[in-house]
Amino acid sequence: MSTEKAIEVIQLTQKFGKFTAVDHVSFEIPRGEIFGLLGPNGAGKTTTIRMLCGILTPTSGEARVMGFDVARQSEEVKQRIGYMSQKFSLYNDLTVQENLDFYANLYSVPREKFASRLKELIEMAGLRGHEKQLVASLSGAWRQRLALACAIVHEPPMLFLDEPTAGVDPVSRREFWDMIYNLAGQGVSVLATTHYMDEAEFCNVIGMMYRSRLIALDDPDSLKEKMRGMLFEIDCREPGRAEEILKDLPFTHDVALHGVLLHVVVSAEKEKRELEKALQSNGIAMKRIERVLPSLEDVFVSLVEDEDRPQMREEIE
Amino acid sequence: MSQGFRRMATIVRKEWLHIIRDPRTLGLVIIMPVMMLILMGYAVANDVEDIPLAVADLSHTDASRSLVDKFTASGFYMFTHTAQSENEILDMLDAGTVKAGLYIPEDFGRNISTGGTGTIQFYIDGSNPTVAQTAQLAAETISQSTSQEILIQRLERSGAGLTIRLPVDARVRYLYNPNLKKMNFMIPGLVAVILQIQTLLLTAFAIVREREQGTLEQLIVTPVRSWELMLGKILPFVLVALVNVAMTVAVGAIWFGVEVAGSYILLFGLSLIFLLGSLGLGVLISNISQTQMQAMYMASFIMLPSFILSGLLYPRENMPWLAYYAGFFLPVTYFLEIVRGIMLKGVGFVTLWSWIWPMAVFSIVVFFASVLMFRKRI
Repeated sequence: MSTEKAIEVIQLTQKFGKFTAVDHVSFEIPRGEIFGLLGPNGAGKTTTIRMLCGILTPTSGEARVMGFDVARQSEEVKQRIGYMSQKFSLYNDLTVQENLDFYANLYSVPREKFASRLKELIEMAGLRGHEKQLVASLSGAWRQRLALACAIVHEPPMLFLDEPTAGVDPVSRREFWDMIYNLAGQGVSVLATTHYMDEAEFCNVIGMMYRSRLIALDDPDSLKEKMRGMLFEIDCREPGRAEEILKDLPFTHDVALHGVLLHVVVSAEKEKRELEKALQSNGIAMKRIERVLPSLEDVFVSLVEDEDRPQMREEIE
Repeated sequence: MSQGFRRMATIVRKEWLHIIRDPRTLGLVIIMPVMMLILMGYAVANDVEDIPLAVADLSHTDASRSLVDKFTASGFYMFTHTAQSENEILDMLDAGTVKAGLYIPEDFGRNISTGGTGTIQFYIDGSNPTVAQTAQLAAETISQSTSQEILIQRLERSGAGLTIRLPVDARVRYLYNPNLKKMNFMIPGLVAVILQIQTLLLTAFAIVREREQGTLEQLIVTPVRSWELMLGKILPFVLVALVNVAMTVAVGAIWFGVEVAGSYILLFGLSLIFLLGSLGLGVLISNISQTQMQAMYMASFIMLPSFILSGLLYPRENMPWLAYYAGFFLPVTYFLEIVRGIMLKGVGFVTLWSWIWPMAVFSIVVFFASVLMFRKRI
């Protein structure tokens, strides 16, 4: 073992024809961390995870998982990772038990541990009493937990989760993350992609991907602190019209609707007065304005703005 | 038990569960080839006989009546309609009520009895060449043999007590298919082609389905090796395909009366070799198809030539050279010769060797190519 890193990625790139899906991405994740890869659909998260799991061969760059090169030592990598894809890839016409048996055999779980390991997983996934049920008849949340059980049947030290909570209700999502925390507590390193910003709060380290590039990498609090300017939350009438008005002001960096509330980013505290004035003069009644801590979503939106600005300028010129 | 074998056995067990969990598809897989054999057996192996014939006999003589009898007695024609004129015959041909017409003019009997030539007019519907060819051949043979008989009668009558014998008498004996039944030729061929379709589609679907479901991605992440996965997916279908061979051969024998003249062991052994190549082709198709729809299209590129270029329907010797040589690229061409050889001629391994080795080479190459190609996807 050369390093204490779970993942090392250096200038990793994947091209599909002319389209660059992942563009010179580099990062390092220490062992035992939960790393969240955030970004909108099509940002390159799934492609990154697929390269790390050995499903896709990188066009250029290097990646090491648990100290093994994904391109040259894929067999060593495969023994040490668990992977749960977006679709919860289970066999619908097989039972819970049969799916688990199948993956346990493929991963050559030793015979003497076989029965006890499977029992343990069924307990963990809360599927006791449903062993003989066909997967087709399971709900989304149960399928998700079974897929996780199948992915960790061989007790891998590294777990990849690609959109693990897509299409699952909020309560089950929370339960699922509890399971992930448990695994992390046992020393398992986790890399999860998601486009739910609230879910990213569960992660120790966050990488934000946008347009095939990694635009930020840090823990959630540092990311929020590093966000440029100040964030004000405004509760007012006609938030839609207010958004348009505030956007046109020269000193607002970013204005975005969060439900019925407006999030406005400005450079300094003193501009709070200017915001109030602008709304007043347009006859919009304001109930409340206060400075708030940015959410990861605010951070992401702000970063994306910064990304897009130079390009927009280019296009205009 | 090695880990590799355990993984392969795991895949086999899972494929087997897929097969038995879906009894409707299993039923189709087992019954379809038999249904196809029965349907296509009747459709394709239809011998030309009892062609409906309209007769306009204006001569009304013994000579004309015996000529008509000869036509009906041949078995090729069935006297279905009587006409009064040439035009009436043409109308019936237009309407499709008859496929052939015989017009015997008024002076036919007189001309023959006076030693002249009795002219008859014969019409054939040429729209179906197979029927037309048979009809023409039969009509020529019948009129020639009638002419010969009349000539002999005339000579015998003129020469005092002279017995006339034909100078040449060619006797033809058909080997292997004594009654020249097309059925005997078609059934073994259909067994081969149906097997080709069955294996091609089943494997292609079995792999592409996993790609569509996303489970293939999951399998790629496991330590399973490509050859373990391939063999594991193919083996259950080898069993299914062998059941298909047994059932189609049995139906050929029981339903159509086409018995296997040669060795069953040889037939099944060589079927197995053919199957490997055919299943490998299925895997190759699934490698380049993303959806079952695409796989279906790809498969039809192999299936259609299998019907036409392999020699199933038409003898390859009569094909244009391009089509003839293209047939050599289809494994089913060799297998067809082998199955026909074993089922009809009852010949053995040594005689069939020139067909066996190209098929075996093809199967091995395709099989290993498919394993290697599959590896690239991992």
